[in-house]
Amino acid sequence: MSAKKITMRVTRYRPEQEDAPTEQAYELEFPDDWVVLDALNYIKDDVDGTLTFRWSCRMGICGSCGMMVNGEPKLTCAAFLRDYYPAEIRVEPLQYFPIIRDLVIDMTDFLHKLKAITPWIVRDEEKPLAEGEYLQTPAQLADYKQFSMCINCMLCYSACPVYGHEPEFIGPAAIALAHRYNLDSRDEGQEARQQVIASSEGIWDCTLVGECTEVCPKRVDPAMAIQRTKVATTTEWAKSMLMPWGKQ
Amino acid sequence: MDVPKHDVLIVGGGGAGLRAAIAAVEADEHITVGVVSKVYPMRSHTVSAEGGTAAAVREDNTDSHAYDTIKGSDFLADQDAVEIFVKESIDEVIQLEHWGCPWSRDPDGLMSVRTFGGMSVDRTLFCSDKTGFHMLHTLYQTALKYDRIAWYDEWFVTSLLKDDGKICGVTALNVRSGAIDAIPAKAVILCTGGAGKLFAFTTNASIKTGDGMALTYRAGGPLKDMEFVQYHPTGLPGTGILITEASRSEGGHMINREGDRYLSAYTPERMELGPRDMLSRAFIQEMRANRVFEGPYGEYVHLDIRHLGEELIMERLPFVRELATEYVGIDPVYEPIPVRPVVHYMMGGIHTDANAKTPVDGLYAAGEAACVSMNGANRLGSNSLSEIIVFGARSGKAAVEYASEQEFPEANTLSQMAQAEKKRIEEQFLKPRNGNERVATIRRDLQLAMEQGAGIYRTEEEMKTACEAIRKLLKRYEQVEVDDKSSVFNTDLIAALELGYMLDVAEALAHSALLREESRGSHAREDFTTRDDERFLQHSLAYQTPEGPRIEYLPVSITRWQPEERKY
Ligand SMILES: Cc1cc2nc3c(=O)[nH]c(=O)nc-3n(C[C@H](O)[C@H](O)[C@H](O)COP(=O)(O)OP(=O)(O)OC[C@H]3O[C@@H](n4cnc5c(N)ncnc54)[C@H](O)[C@@H]3O)c2cc1C
Ligand code: SF4
Ligand code: FES
Repeated sequence: MSAKKITMRVTRYRPEQEDAPTEQAYELEFPDDWVVLDALNYIKDDVDGTLTFRWSCRMGICGSCGMMVNGEPKLTCAAFLRDYYPAEIRVEPLQYFPIIRDLVIDMTDFLHKLKAITPWIVRDEEKPLAEGEYLQTPAQLADYKQFSMCINCMLCYSACPVYGHEPEFIGPAAIALAHRYNLDSRDEGQEARQQVIASSEGIWDCTLVGECTEVCPKRVDPAMAIQRTKVATTTEWAKSMLMPWGKQ
Repeated sequence: MDVPKHDVLIVGGGGAGLRAAIAAVEADEHITVGVVSKVYPMRSHTVSAEGGTAAAVREDNTDSHAYDTIKGSDFLADQDAVEIFVKESIDEVIQLEHWGCPWSRDPDGLMSVRTFGGMSVDRTLFCSDKTGFHMLHTLYQTALKYDRIAWYDEWFVTSLLKDDGKICGVTALNVRSGAIDAIPAKAVILCTGGAGKLFAFTTNASIKTGDGMALTYRAGGPLKDMEFVQYHPTGLPGTGILITEASRSEGGHMINREGDRYLSAYTPERMELGPRDMLSRAFIQEMRANRVFEGPYGEYVHLDIRHLGEELIMERLPFVRELATEYVGIDPVYEPIPVRPVVHYMMGGIHTDANAKTPVDGLYAAGEAACVSMNGANRLGSNSLSEIIVFGARSGKAAVEYASEQEFPEANTLSQMAQAEKKRIEEQFLKPRNGNERVATIRRDLQLAMEQGAGIYRTEEEMKTACEAIRKLLKRYEQVEVDDKSSVFNTDLIAALELGYMLDVAEALAHSALLREESRGSHAREDFTTRDDERFLQHSLAYQTPEGPRIEYLPVSITRWQPEERKY
């Protein structure tokens, strides 16, 4: 395997010593099978231990390593250097999130949003364990399975123009997760979730351009979830306005 | 001190820790529980588990599951613990189903099961091939509904606090701010996962550095059966990314360079579904006989799933296809996947009883960090995901019961201890000290020593060399200098602290291995090639002393199954 040379321009931000993010360039040689994350680890281990970023699984499933690579939100453990070579690579923290340090963003807001949509099974009554599982056919599973594949990498937020100017927007992944539970044959919590989403700032600004779906590394299709939720919300809303007695 | 205190504090937000947290809040409506995790809980390595979760649901019986587990363990598992495990795993997987886990289903709507290595009937539930991912997210999302669980996300535990011989909390580094505080608790449960990062070539994430094991060891608790390290037979060369055993459950073949399904010479009855220790040794034998392929990342064999067809692969093994395509550029629908054995799982860990209690008062442990022991000398695939929920839940209940009889520790004592810990870390790492060692260099040397001394086959000489190498590395570690002296999100400091944990765990492991003069399960010695029940039907217990580990032994609990020869 031949080694090639590439330049990486990486965002640096050390809140204890500077007011605003800057950029630092590193030149490095890389074997053909290195991903951006391997390069960052090489820098951290052998060149500059102060470079700061999150990662864990290195197999595209833990959701920690999302960053902007040449302006696009990417999982850096799945972004191969060879695909950018010979051009320079710009690595920045996920956009629209506050930066804590270097490539590490603040995800507290995302976690609040996740919790806000009641991401658990809601039922009036739970059957005892001794009676076994709830039956769910493969077709019923398929109804929501895709929307349960979200790894919380937040790439879709960084791609979302609405979130970019309206940080209150509950956002693609949270809506996809709400949709996942709403579609689950075991769940009865749709109403509460629908209300949270319908009252979320920004949802009506979403023009369904689908950037979120495009960047999603796990094919969750949040755009579809948003669209279906909007339709459901408007019909629910219409129903409740026209026939208030029909609800309950 | 502005950090609140908790009746029960759980270190670890993986499957075991989250299950423990839910069990604890459900056991007593008056208590609060803290979950401390060095990464956001859904990043924990349970997320990467692929193949499935064993439980004797459907037309199965618990005795058969128990026997398979015990035989798989090469008779080193404690049979009373295994009996508890096989019974409780059934309710635990159903509980997860009630919480929304998207288990794959049969046409009639029941949860599907697939076959797995060393299991004599189909009893492994699965969510296609992202089982751990779905279990973890289900547990995390369910746990969010309890307001009595407090989340310490991205807090790194640096030590256990003890008062009057009892554990009374932990000290932790708030990664975001850099502050080091005590978190007081009446009981602590360690659910910190495994230690695969002791080895360079592993399926484990960067976070699996054996922290909880080292914390216990330093607090005077023993580490049990540390010599047993599971090599998984099918990792991708180079990265070590796992290709799940489910690819063999679904019918995949292992093929050598001659084009043979070579396992017929090793596990003729079970073929590709023999236990992992035997399959990994078979690879080495094939390698020695020159029947493997050579590649840029060492020798490999082929895992061929082409005959399963695209439809089944997409339904049952989509992640395998995704991983092989992304990372080695091979689409397994059309080409065989190159694979080689890779370090995967620690059978050993913190010594606990079946209630997850350690010998240190107030300290509990569950999940891969713990050793109950139900895995003995070799874990069967898919037993770990059920182990983390069964013993996670048990640890939560047991800790609550214990905590109900305890008082909170004195605030003063604790803040003094926190001050002392802060000082230790500052002096050792954050003050400039002209150290001449880098974290990454020592880590690489450690991984090399482990690979050479604690591999699939072991000899006295190699293990002795490893023990000596680790001692030297411990000395060099005293000279370690981190580049980063700042407070906010200092991952350089965390890596240094993790390396300290790894060195301690490695030393316990290497010494336990050296003293076990027999071959059992994953511990295969070229100088003692057979199992020796006379001397070693016992668990090893490693205690830390200034001179190095002291190893003691503890008899195995045998209830109904006498040791017999292990054949597949
Ligand atoms: C690739 C792969 C595939 C697998 N597939 C299967 C399978 O199909 N079936 C099966 O049964 N088993 C499988 N296993 C094994 C199984 O997944 C693990 O043994 C199990 O998930 C471990 O869970 P845990 O909760 O004990 O630990 P983890 O999920 O590893 O969680 C550990 C937690 O501890 C926290 N922590 C650690 N140290 C500290 C510290 N110092 N301070 C604060 N927090 C800390 C971490 O943040 C994390 O939250 C697989 C393992 C791997 C690696
Ligand atoms: S929907 Fe896709 S892009 Fe968005 S957080 Fe989930 S996995 Fe990431
Ligand atoms: S490191 Fe886990 S998704 Fe990239």
